Amino acid sequence: MALCFPRFALEALLRGRAPPEGADDPWAVTENRSVLACNAAAAAAGVRPGSALSAAWALAPRLRVLPRNAAAEAGALEAVAAWAWQFTSRVSLEPPQAVLLEVEGSLRLFGGAGRLMARLSSGLAGIGFEARLAAGPTARAALWLARGASETLEALPVCAIAPSPEALALLHRIGVRTLGELMRLPRAGVAPRFGQELLDELDRALGRIPEARAFFVPPERFSARLELPAPVAQADSVLFAARRLLLQLEGFLAARQAGVRGFALSLLHRGTQATRIEIGFAAPRRDAEHGLRLLRERLGVLALASPAEALRLEAGELAPLAGATASLFRDACGEAEDWERLLERLQARLGDALVHGLALHADHRPERAWRTADDDGAAAAGPRPLWLLEPPRHLGENDFVLLAGPERIEAGWWDGEDVVRDYFIARTQAGSLSWIYRGPEGWFLHGLFA
Amino acid sequence: MTASSTALDAVLLHHPVWRGGALALAAPQGIPTGFGLLDRELPGGGWPAGALTEFLCADEGIGELQLVLPALAALSRAGNRVAWLAPPHLPYAPALAAAGVRLEFLTVIRAPGRRDALWAAEQVLRTGTCRALLAWLPRANYTELRRLAVAAEAGRAFTALFRPLQAAGESSPAPLRLGLEPDGERLAVRILKRRGALLAAPLRIPIQRPVHAVGGALLSAFRTRSPAARPCPA
Repeated sequence: MALCFPRFALEALLRGRAPPEGADDPWAVTENRSVLACNAAAAAAGVRPGSALSAAWALAPRLRVLPRNAAAEAGALEAVAAWAWQFTSRVSLEPPQAVLLEVEGSLRLFGGAGRLMARLSSGLAGIGFEARLAAGPTARAALWLARGASETLEALPVCAIAPSPEALALLHRIGVRTLGELMRLPRAGVAPRFGQELLDELDRALGRIPEARAFFVPPERFSARLELPAPVAQADSVLFAARRLLLQLEGFLAARQAGVRGFALSLLHRGTQATRIEIGFAAPRRDAEHGLRLLRERLGVLALASPAEALRLEAGELAPLAGATASLFRDACGEAEDWERLLERLQARLGDALVHGLALHADHRPERAWRTADDDGAAAAGPRPLWLLEPPRHLGENDFVLLAGPERIEAGWWDGEDVVRDYFIARTQAGSLSWIYRGPEGWFLHGLFA
Repeated sequence: MTASSTALDAVLLHHPVWRGGALALAAPQGIPTGFGLLDRELPGGGWPAGALTEFLCADEGIGELQLVLPALAALSRAGNRVAWLAPPHLPYAPALAAAGVRLEFLTVIRAPGRRDALWAAEQVLRTGTCRALLAWLPRANYTELRRLAVAAEAGRAFTALFRPLQAAGESSPAPLRLGLEPDGERLAVRILKRRGALLAAPLRIPIQRPVHAVGGALLSAFRTRSPAARPCPA
């Protein structure tokens, strides 16, 4: 099966752009002052790949032009291949703008060629590429069909097989427009006129001679970079581009049957240090939408010092992800996972320190007899209030009526924070019972019996 | 018994006639409060799950938490999670442990701002993994409360909102509103709003007060010497 990207040169540069910002602006990528690829808005104005830049500007005066970036294209093609690895382990690159997949062994798993194609198309749209898909008995046939957008090899225009310009001109002169017409020419005459190479290519497409292909091996660690077409100053408008990268990460992880314990998104600025956002998970995760939700909370409170020009997403250590078994009833296991997700979301927005549990701690000093984390605790001797004030509030001599006490607490001389206090239960206002103490500095309100 | 009253009984028995004195019996099963007096008066026989309950307190430290503590202890002992959202002070672990609450099921969420608190409350309610949420939202307005009420209906959590008694005059989407005032050693609970008939007299709930535990004896012995005259420790 072949995935061919007719607008790859453009999409490699523009896929980080959120749809609302100038969706119908015409854009084009140029090389040597001629148009290499253009978007739908530019095509509607009459701009075609191959037309001269001056002609394109005459047709669409608002045309925005980007120079071709071959490195970005190569990176994007590898990203597509790594993403597609979740469908088959036999992925081959066909630079500049196609990827070939050997899917014979995966058809049953994904429910047939039609369903697999639908999944590929929607998945590729998610990471920002518009693909033309075609299936064929051989790699070359599939590639030609995808390029030429034709149902059968016979009906394929000869330009789709990319012969040399002289051969193409000669074929057109003798009236050969489709591959079917080319195949009907006598073989003995074709080789001297158009070169042996053309015949060999044809034989490879028809499966008469085998074709050796190098398979793509995805990298061990995930790291992807995405250029933003225009610098972005608001942190939350980065989200759209980040979603593309997270979906790419999801595909990479699906291929490895793994999850990650966290990821780091770097916003790269011109000149200054990158802004790095690290998101950690309580358990290994693969789900892009969940990562995006956490990222949204973090980006919402982030103020950028300077506009971001590119994004880089790096995944942490891979961890095997246990497949979830669907259960008939909503069980405790699923609930525990929901709870973890909720905690992650709360901590992402409020900060780790503000969301915590409670535990006892063996210390007689009241303000130390609790902990935010797990710890073994000792029981208190006397009654203890449900609210503890941090820090204790100073009280005047006449602000309270003593009801019960005292309970002397004298501890902490060993670590320099010694406490020598007499605690009383007192009535501070009508009906309010409080826990107050007298120390060397006077009377203090330390708790409320709520 | 006369024939006419028998006929009336039959009508009342077999027709959907709602009598003013009766509580809404169809209310879903509540979470037992631990106070029999209160359970009898609350629709559903306990704290409502999946709905807001407002606790409007006259002051801090009048024993307002004692009212929910038995339910929290029971829920946590059964392995249910309880979230404390934006508490005004630190929930004191030794006192909670002494009341039988299992601390490992408690989570304290401190929100820096009012909007953060509302957001977190909605998240907790929508996820539905907590059986109880205690939230301190003193300045929430009707629209915000309405939003929380919708979120609460999506879950099955006992949602307790603690607000000042002054808020009793404002309208609220909470189906159960209680006004709490001190009443000697007890807590006077006025049911300001519930599904069913109004209750005029406040309930006097015998809550756990620290003075019972210590007893006045210690202090009376202590009072013979004036607290001010007593030499300061150290």
